Amino acid sequence: MMNVLVFVGINTILAVALNLLLGYAGQISLGHAAFFGLGAYISGVLTVTYGLNSWISMFIAATATGILAFILGFPILKLKGHYLAMATLGFGIIVYIVFNETVALTGGPSGLSGIPNLGIASLTFDSDIKNYYLVWLFALISIFLSLNLADSRIGRALRAIHDSEVAARGMGVNVRLLKVQIFALSALLSAVAGSLYAHTMTFISPASFGFNFSVELVTMVIIGGLGSIYGSFLGAALLTLLPEILRAFQDYDIIVYGLLLILMTMFMPGGLVRGVPGILLSLRPARKQGREY
Amino acid sequence: MNLSQQVIQYILSGLTTGSIYSLIGLGFAIIFNSTGIINFAQGEFVMLGGMLTFFFITVVKLPLLVAILFAILISTLVGVTFERLAIRPLRKATPLNLVIITIGASILIRGLAMMIWGKDTHSLPMFSGNDPIFVSGATILPQHLWILGITLLVIIINKLYFYHSISGKAMRACSYNRSAASLVGIDVKRMVFFSFAISSAMGSVAGIIAAPLTMTSYDVGIMLGLKGFCAAIIGGMSSGMGTVLGGILLGVLESLGAGLISSGYKDAIAFIILLLILFIRPQGIFRKAETERV
Amino acid sequence: MLSMTRTLFVALLITAQATIVLAAAPPIKIGALFAVTGPASFLGEPERNTAQMVVDEINQSGGIKGRMLLLITYDTQGDATRAVQAATRLIKEDKVVAIIGPSTTGDTMAIIPLVEKSQIPLISCAAGIKITEPVKPWVFKTAQNDSLAVAKIYEHLVKRKITKISILTVSDSFGSSGREQLKNQAAKYGIQILSDDTYGPKDTDMTPQLTKIRTNQSQALICWGTNPGPALIARNAKQLGLKLPLYMSHGVSSKKFIDLAGDAAEGIILPSGRVLVADILPNSDKQKKSLLSYVKDYQKHYKAEGDHFGGHAWDAVMLLKSAISKSGENPASIRGQLEKTKNFYGIGGIFNYSPADHSGLGKDAFVLVEVKGKDWKLVP
Repeated sequence: MMNVLVFVGINTILAVALNLLLGYAGQISLGHAAFFGLGAYISGVLTVTYGLNSWISMFIAATATGILAFILGFPILKLKGHYLAMATLGFGIIVYIVFNETVALTGGPSGLSGIPNLGIASLTFDSDIKNYYLVWLFALISIFLSLNLADSRIGRALRAIHDSEVAARGMGVNVRLLKVQIFALSALLSAVAGSLYAHTMTFISPASFGFNFSVELVTMVIIGGLGSIYGSFLGAALLTLLPEILRAFQDYDIIVYGLLLILMTMFMPGGLVRGVPGILLSLRPARKQGREY
Repeated sequence: MNLSQQVIQYILSGLTTGSIYSLIGLGFAIIFNSTGIINFAQGEFVMLGGMLTFFFITVVKLPLLVAILFAILISTLVGVTFERLAIRPLRKATPLNLVIITIGASILIRGLAMMIWGKDTHSLPMFSGNDPIFVSGATILPQHLWILGITLLVIIINKLYFYHSISGKAMRACSYNRSAASLVGIDVKRMVFFSFAISSAMGSVAGIIAAPLTMTSYDVGIMLGLKGFCAAIIGGMSSGMGTVLGGILLGVLESLGAGLISSGYKDAIAFIILLLILFIRPQGIFRKAETERV
Repeated sequence: MLSMTRTLFVALLITAQATIVLAAAPPIKIGALFAVTGPASFLGEPERNTAQMVVDEINQSGGIKGRMLLLITYDTQGDATRAVQAATRLIKEDKVVAIIGPSTTGDTMAIIPLVEKSQIPLISCAAGIKITEPVKPWVFKTAQNDSLAVAKIYEHLVKRKITKISILTVSDSFGSSGREQLKNQAAKYGIQILSDDTYGPKDTDMTPQLTKIRTNQSQALICWGTNPGPALIARNAKQLGLKLPLYMSHGVSSKKFIDLAGDAAEGIILPSGRVLVADILPNSDKQKKSLLSYVKDYQKHYKAEGDHFGGHAWDAVMLLKSAISKSGENPASIRGQLEKTKNFYGIGGIFNYSPADHSGLGKDAFVLVEVKGKDWKLVP
């Protein structure tokens, strides 16, 4: 169980990061797995091939990915709606192909193994329970960071962009720069999650960072509830635990998975955060009326 | 074989793959224009076309033409059922929820296909003959001509429908402005229904004409769907020539990239060009700038 | 519909087996990880079916010294993350004594640190050479190394005096492993690779790559991939009128390939495990008995041809069975016993493990076959 909870933690960081972009700034990304992968691969290659310290590699991975996203953000975030979706999707596919083709560096499709665990002094994070604390420390930091950001001036400005860019601009918000900054922050957090993934798994292969995973991330955020940090956690937890639960369906879990996605969107369009309380309330109409607020 | 003959071969190959992308892309565009939905399940209709034809030929033992008609019919039924059961009752139809629901549908359809027909790849017989035809040093198969011909036919019918029939005109009206269309008495919901019917039929046709060349299995829809989506974006989401040219451009770029530059990076090359196009002309290359300025 | 009834059938078998188990001593638990769904299901599905079939048969004939075997299978979907989760579950919760699989090299590499640390023997069904090189104490494998398949092809090229070739490999882990071996061994056989191209696992048209190859001076083309890609390449080559001898990998050594490629398959040569040609092997062949019984059983249970990949799972289960019956069910003694395996006549070849060799097969594990008249013929 611990092992799964480690992955719930990593996915929580990713969902929180994507939610900053998707839920707060209202900008879709269908290529976030690429930032996750860049974090993992930069960390992996620096430690395995160049023998760098794991923490330093993680730091370089996060900063480099953040800077790349910042530069890329200017042309990409000029696009809107489905064009933005297409551009981020394209970016994701290009990065995926690069992971596959640079065999000398990344090991290509068969993956990169022997990535060292993270460690502090004599403590090495090499068991599920240790990794659990490590990953959740980072997850809590990113949740805390995002909550603060959401309540700050920047958070309000972001929501303004989400609702109307023109109005936000009218109020003196530097819309373009802000969007790019949040894109870079989101990418940076995803890269941190990628590094953690690489150092806890000790093996990475391109298949984990493809288009499917990008879609899964978007699904986590939406199923959890757009614009809600706790929702991102719920979404990440549900989608990570689901395969464990669906194991009873053997080969046919894919059908149940698809059906669940459709039903959830139909009957819980606001995501788990809003949907579950709503359903609970509607089950107990009497008490709801009796209360006064 | 000299360079120019090689290039002719690349272009011919690219043209046929491109036509397939075009047909899939048109399906995306038609639904998008009448509903604002990016239907990520579009690729699954391509799969259904091929797999159903295979099923009717080998299991039910119908002749090819009848099998094809049944395949198109059933794919269309699946498309409109999806619209009726999942899209229409949607209470909070934000674009993102619509994306998730179509992704859910694509996973579901793929899963059902896997359950019913298994995971094997199947091949379909060529429509006519298997002997290569020589075109100035390059070779193509009769099936390539079928693909080009049927694509052309579908495009012409598409054009006639949208410009010369009442319901086609009504659908175009919806794509320009849905509330205005409903004000002049157009039943918008019906048009949405039609758009799903047309694009799932179109997707299945693409799958049927391609399958004899490319073979088919339960999971061919993912990649083809993505490529079709690209075609529609390059074409600026137009339900006409823009998307057709977009698909052909994508097919030819891939083929030239694989032959002349690097086969490993051919998809990356196509996508980099796509990104550049988007950065320079965000409204698609074949479409005049529109007024979405905000 | 066929696969549904099949599942039902398997489910019935499992319940039947569970009732037998209830009556006897606690079963010996064996874990299995296969990529039953996802892009590598062409490996995982026959492997899962075979493993279940073999375990059921062992149980029906009285188990191992009266103890039943319980096979616990999880689907990795060919995804490293899922493989690690499932392996953890097998070791920590199901408490298995040994694991067979995973199907792909990537999945295997991903769980190696875990099994090494938990000290549970693993018999991988994947082919990647780095699984057992360098040797890891707890990791064995049954799939033949790609290097052996490449050597078999190159020897044949040398015999035909071919020195200039082109290679076309699929860009997944199967293809990239083959590509690496093709490039590494070329110099040793005096072979020059004129063009080194790849194609995507979901590509639908390879004529551009083949057009390019047509213009160079290659005397043969080697293509490394799994269905349906190589069948498309064979057809595209025929369309372009490419006259080069075409070699493929063991990745397509099943009748399915001939079905898909049709006429274009004629004359294609590929290395394969003996299972493909079990019925035409000489009676002196030591593997023949195992091969024929496997092919017959698989046909009976799944109405399909037992193939090369399912054979990896057959070997893994049978190796495990012989180790357990000799040494008991303690993971450490199973490991020790596996390492002592000598002259085990399996589906993939004749296994001889040693502390220095955990892949256990020699070059004779492969034979060269040619497609003639829609069937396989041995190439002398």
